[in-house]
Amino acid sequence: MTIQATTGPSMTATATKPVIHPRWVRVTHWINALATLLMIGSGWQIYDAAPLFGFTFPTKIALGNWLAGALLWHFAAMWLLVINGLVYFMLGFLSGRFRRKLFPISPAEVLHDLLAALRGKLSHDDLSMYNAVQKLLYLGILLTGVVIVLSGLSIWKPVQFQVLTSFFGGYNTARYVHFAAMTAIVTFLVVHVTLAVLVPKSLRAMIVGR
Amino acid sequence: MPRQRKPVPGVDPKLLIKDAARLLPEPSRRLFLRGAASLGALAVLSGCDIIDGDTSENALRVISTFNDRVQAFLFNPNTLAPEYPESMITRPFPFNAYYSEDEAPDVDADKYQLEIGGLVENKKPWLLPELYKLPEVSQITRHVCVEGWSAIGSWQGVKLSDFLKLIGADTSAKYVWFQCAEGYSNTVDMPTALHPQTQLTLKFDHQILPRAYGFPIKIRIPTKLGFKNPKYVTAMWVQNNDAGGYWENQGYNWFSGL
Repeated sequence: MTIQATTGPSMTATATKPVIHPRWVRVTHWINALATLLMIGSGWQIYDAAPLFGFTFPTKIALGNWLAGALLWHFAAMWLLVINGLVYFMLGFLSGRFRRKLFPISPAEVLHDLLAALRGKLSHDDLSMYNAVQKLLYLGILLTGVVIVLSGLSIWKPVQFQVLTSFFGGYNTARYVHFAAMTAIVTFLVVHVTLAVLVPKSLRAMIVGR
Repeated sequence: MPRQRKPVPGVDPKLLIKDAARLLPEPSRRLFLRGAASLGALAVLSGCDIIDGDTSENALRVISTFNDRVQAFLFNPNTLAPEYPESMITRPFPFNAYYSEDEAPDVDADKYQLEIGGLVENKKPWLLPELYKLPEVSQITRHVCVEGWSAIGSWQGVKLSDFLKLIGADTSAKYVWFQCAEGYSNTVDMPTALHPQTQLTLKFDHQILPRAYGFPIKIRIPTKLGFKNPKYVTAMWVQNNDAGGYWENQGYNWFSGL
């Protein structure tokens, strides 16, 4: 890091630590966190109006209180989610961060790191390097993000975007795809937040960058 | 149309706000959530008093109005809603309203006339036998409810754009407003009213529209959500001011295009 060359010996160790997450990653991460919670909360309330399965989400943990309120939230937060997501993807590709952080990745590595993680022997010494399991999960959640937005668009506009809707197997199937993607994201969130709590310095890195 | 409003009787809106706020990181709570949980509560507890609500709720309304414009932009007058084979018709096609089937308007065919008003040359009301003589078009399309469920139905009637021409409507006007027998109403943008599949519907599955599906007239608009397809229509006005609608006035998105 060039930072170390320009900082004097009086600087504290903290200040000279390399930046793990640049500012744009942290900003888009937390905006995305907010947008995702708003989308999930309002989505649960919308789901309740015509449940796909034999259960509903308690209104207490959903957002919007009734269908009209939830829809207002859902179609407002979608702008936050999509615009922020587009900025993130653009910068991720242009800066080379996606290529650097998420690749290369191989099934053998994933298996190796997964077993190591389960034995509690996966190192977290260098937070700037993702292990293969992390790479897989982050790639997976990025892909799920794309799927949930596209399946959402195909439910919202099954006439204007009918090509997209038929790509997802038609209006009804697209609803199930949208729900499955939500489930995947909620599952990811549980794991993601649990691990962030278990390795607090990773949470710190996403807040202050180092 | 939503089958029923889904307020939560007996739930303290303040508690709801607290519950909802737990989902979010601290700084964003106040900014984004107060209006959310109180939105439905306001709509339910204070009737139409929504405008007096929180600024955050008003912000949501502003975004919904912005979404109207986005949807009007996305609306392509030449894009047709997918049509389906007869074998895919949902049977029985669901009855759907905010009241039960036996409370549905029972319109007297002999006394019925369709009132025409607004920016129209010929305001002569129409009797049903006159309407039945007009050239018939047919469609098998998907009805998509704002709740999320959908059903495929078969509708026959007069192309609304042809009917508007027939009565000498000023199609440069912005809206067509429909009034219904039970007090329901809808305002539809003119581009949608002129869409080739928008239909002044007189029949369901080639039979005179039954009471459950909106006898004597339903406006079938396969490019809009179900609640934008008024039934039991008694009057049609061509006008430049937005007269709103039953659900739209309660917070549902105005354009509600598909």
